[in-house]
Amino acid sequence: MMLLNVREMQREKMIKTINDFLIDEIEIEKNRIKPTALLKKDLGIDSLDFVDVAVVIEKNFGLKIKGEEMTNVKTLQDFYDFIYHRIRG
Amino acid sequence: MRRVVITGMGIYSTIGKNLSEVRDSLYHGRSGIGLDPERKNMGFRSGLTGRIERPDLKGKLHRRFRVGLGEEGEYAYIATIEALANARIDINFLEKNETGILYGNDSTARSVVNSFDMLREKKDTTLIGSGSIFQSMNSTISMNLSVIFKLKGINFTVSGACASGSHAIGLGYFFIKHGLQNSIICGGGQEISLHSMGSFDGLSAFSIRENEPTKASRPFDKERDGLVPSGGAATVILVEYESARRRGAPIIAEVIGYGFSSNGEHISQPNIEGPSRSLEMALRDSGLKAREIDYINAHATSTPIGDLNEAIAIDRIFNGLKTPVSSTKSMTGHEMWMGGASEVIYSTLMMQDSFVAPNINFETPDEASAKLNIINETIQKKINIFLSNSFGFGGTNSTIIVRKNCF
Repeated sequence: MMLLNVREMQREKMIKTINDFLIDEIEIEKNRIKPTALLKKDLGIDSLDFVDVAVVIEKNFGLKIKGEEMTNVKTLQDFYDFIYHRIRG
Repeated sequence: MRRVVITGMGIYSTIGKNLSEVRDSLYHGRSGIGLDPERKNMGFRSGLTGRIERPDLKGKLHRRFRVGLGEEGEYAYIATIEALANARIDINFLEKNETGILYGNDSTARSVVNSFDMLREKKDTTLIGSGSIFQSMNSTISMNLSVIFKLKGINFTVSGACASGSHAIGLGYFFIKHGLQNSIICGGGQEISLHSMGSFDGLSAFSIRENEPTKASRPFDKERDGLVPSGGAATVILVEYESARRRGAPIIAEVIGYGFSSNGEHISQPNIEGPSRSLEMALRDSGLKAREIDYINAHATSTPIGDLNEAIAIDRIFNGLKTPVSSTKSMTGHEMWMGGASEVIYSTLMMQDSFVAPNINFETPDEASAKLNIINETIQKKINIFLSNSFGFGGTNSTIIVRKNCF
């Protein structure tokens, strides 16, 4: 039970970090940040923005992510899941 | 032949962040030069430089546009916003009317160094970030501004060393005069970072009068000991006269002559023949005689040989005419890639307000400068026509002649 709580806390912290970055650095309006939001269509994250997203992921989570690894990542929820699974190895 | 007019100007410089501040500094002979201790820590021979505040564009310009701008691009953006506003051109106009950009720039050292430092640290190119490539290319200003302002016309950067900004205006004038474009954003931008100036400092070309920064840039003065590097950006909007008139655009002045030449000799040592030919060509192009020029904005950077040769060249063409001459670099320092454009703006501001800004720090002439009428204190003078010289490494020379709006 305790392990689950720790994992949940880690996940929430990760989501906050990603959301803060999207709001502060990529300058996406806060009210558009929803798990169901499509990265390209709804949030307007293009291929150039993704390069900067990758920089911040490396900075905050020590992970190197490549665009080609993310072909199935369509929504923000997919993105949270992708990063979370990579963090957990 | 079609006529080419200036309908807007904008400036971001060490002597002011807009036209009004700059006009005030010019009139009062205010210097924008100071000492940068970081340069001394880095082993620079001279810590002297023009001082400028980097603009904060967050909240003013979309992130996608911002990340591609290096410092010179930020300066150019601010200057161009002012110039377009003064020309009464908005984004709707630019989307519907083919407008080009010809901007002078000849380095992006800070951006190149920063991106490569990042690569050395991360050992992964994808971690350099998305903006770096657009900051690092020499065409950074024209490429970024053409996207920001949705430009549909000619679009490239002019790299002509310290005559880049002047050639950009000259080429803009040429393209419009010959019917190839109706309106072009022209100008010059210059990074002020130490990254771009270390190798230049190593040539011992900079003044080391560090105990008196505001007296260090002293073009034509006998005691000059070198230039002071500086920067910023300057933009002029060039438009074909009839289309400007039809639109009811403000008509500030008319570009009436462009001359250019190459020395074909030494890479860094200027000569007399090349600048003389550029001056003569500009006069021929304008159809004017030397006596019709009311003011000369000299290139003079405060180097011993450069100022000497320019003084001889001016005296050769303007022999005995006592045409007022000043080098605004005495206040701004040497704005290099930007200088040819900013000095057209400085001179136009003088023309608008009928004064000649001083060549500050000109106290004792040398043999050549003694033959010129160098103005070292502001004078009231009606200027109808001025001439602006710009010369650069590799022996590139450019001369622009501008006439007051007399339509």
